[in-house]
Amino acid sequence: MAGLTDQERGAQTHPDVKAYDEVNTDVLRMLTPPGKLWWFLFGLSVAGVGLLLFSWGNQIINGIGMSGLNSPVGWGVYITTFVFWVGIAHSGTLISAILFLFRAKWRQSIYRAAEAMTVFAVMTAGLFPLIHLGRVWHAYWLFPYPNERMLWPNFRSPLVWDVFAVTTYFTVSSLFFLLGLVPDIAAARDQAKPGTLRKRLYTLVSFGWRGTDRQWHHFGKAYLYLAALATPLVLSVHSVVSWDFAMSIVPGWHATIFAPYFVAGAIFSGVAMVITILVPIRKWFGLENYLTTKHFDAMAKLCLLTGLIVFYAYLTEFFMAWYSGEDPERRAFWNRLFGTYWWATWIMLICNGFIPVLLWFKRVRYSIPALFVISIFINIGMWFERFVIIVTSLSHEYMPFAWGTYRPSPTEMGIMVGSFAWFFFWFLLFVRLLPPVAIAEIKEVLPPPMRRGAHGGATR
Amino acid sequence: MSTERQGILASYDHLDATVEAIEALRADGFEEITAFAPFPEHHIEKALGYGASPVRLFTLVGGLTGAATGFAFTIFTATDWPLVTGGKPILSIPAYVVIAFEMTILFGVLATVIGVFWNMRVPSLKTDVVYDPNFSAGKFGVYVTATEDHLVAARKILEAGGPSRIEEDALGRSHG
Repeated sequence: MAGLTDQERGAQTHPDVKAYDEVNTDVLRMLTPPGKLWWFLFGLSVAGVGLLLFSWGNQIINGIGMSGLNSPVGWGVYITTFVFWVGIAHSGTLISAILFLFRAKWRQSIYRAAEAMTVFAVMTAGLFPLIHLGRVWHAYWLFPYPNERMLWPNFRSPLVWDVFAVTTYFTVSSLFFLLGLVPDIAAARDQAKPGTLRKRLYTLVSFGWRGTDRQWHHFGKAYLYLAALATPLVLSVHSVVSWDFAMSIVPGWHATIFAPYFVAGAIFSGVAMVITILVPIRKWFGLENYLTTKHFDAMAKLCLLTGLIVFYAYLTEFFMAWYSGEDPERRAFWNRLFGTYWWATWIMLICNGFIPVLLWFKRVRYSIPALFVISIFINIGMWFERFVIIVTSLSHEYMPFAWGTYRPSPTEMGIMVGSFAWFFFWFLLFVRLLPPVAIAEIKEVLPPPMRRGAHGGATR
Repeated sequence: MSTERQGILASYDHLDATVEAIEALRADGFEEITAFAPFPEHHIEKALGYGASPVRLFTLVGGLTGAATGFAFTIFTATDWPLVTGGKPILSIPAYVVIAFEMTILFGVLATVIGVFWNMRVPSLKTDVVYDPNFSAGKFGVYVTATEDHLVAARKILEAGGPSRIEEDALGRSHG
């Protein structure tokens, strides 16, 4: 693609978008009063949040015994779902920051939704350590302050690292998201009817943005620095999450490949989730000109790449278990494939290892319905991956007398299902309140209007 | 001869007209220029002669402060009550790198956000500014202030580019 300007490359990904004000009309149309379908889905997610609060309330009142967690499996659906949501979050930062640094111009129209997904997924993930604590009223113990005897937290513990990593990630991804929104909220402000609540709200949160040269100059630079900081952050966060496992000596967890394996898995599941979310948005809001099959093709390729890395990591794990000659390690992995939880392992292998093979075919990558179905399989597979890693390993450690099984309780399942509702609750509000497609950034890759010689403007 | 600054705001449909207006104004000695655009436009920045943004200093200082804080905090807490856990050294520097790394990013980002808002002079909720709501949609704008006697010349330059709209600003306080 060398020799093409940004505008030319942008024009290739969405050839049917021509004029600047067309972008405003098309995107801001999404912020008009919602229809019946939105209210139905919103009602559904409110009901799901109710289920979450009911189940959690049940656990708070009656104790952590309401979950199926017990010795030896002390980590179950809560930690599985926590890792799942943190993983989902990662592709948003990948698309908004890493692809920004790589100057991948196809990110422009999808990054806002992906970034929103990141923020809401971290908000969802952040619930689970609190839920898993049991006595949630002691949640502030997570913060690094000394106890009454002036003993500080142990900074050698991966769990303390995790607190730092996840809170930093939430802060950074929220700020990155909100800063990027300011010019687009100003665009929404400029088009809102005077005197309405929306107008006043957008005026307030656009901070008096007018799109002056000074504002754009510093904004562009700050965006670059934030992207440069968010890139190592996103790689570190899932590495730290993986060290929650890898730093222990549990067979099936104690492996050096865990950090890259988890990061690849996070991006794999996250890109799949972006596809799952964008397909209906594209259809309902008629954004076919903005979210073209080219975008979905690019995301499918990302899925394919990271999926191959993940599958390779699975094979490496099995190989290393055999090659290490360690009896507990070999038994743990034999147990994964053929033990109590064989079905979970095979769901994981089929959904993450075999189904994405279809993405090698161009016809599949260009078929929106096929991608939608595959992305859902990947989501399921990646949830089961974390379940397999956590539960099969803990249920089958060193001592045969300490082996055990675990069955998620209705409380745990209610909270897990409710977490999806909580995520979609925020996402549904987002698509109606804030511009879900980046208005200003799409214009960067459109050919600028020229008084004479419309062609000459494309050079920089 | 009044020394009061007054302003004119011109809206343009075309990028080249905007850039030419800015260049012509600067060539004529007008320096108090603000340009408006719907997205970061490099031609406009070039025409106005922008260099590096001081935001990068905020990022650097924030990041370094974060790294120092991360190491200082973990080392201080470990030595404040030396307690051996897992047979590891009291000062387990490799483990503290993780904390210092996260603090570097956190402080770097917070400083960048403070820096960018500071440098953009935002939030600013001035209500007495001239502005065209079409700037966020697709138009470009040039705003210039000068003393009353020079304003005629500025207006002539702005009109040469065929603006879609011209607005006078008696207060002359709309630079951003």
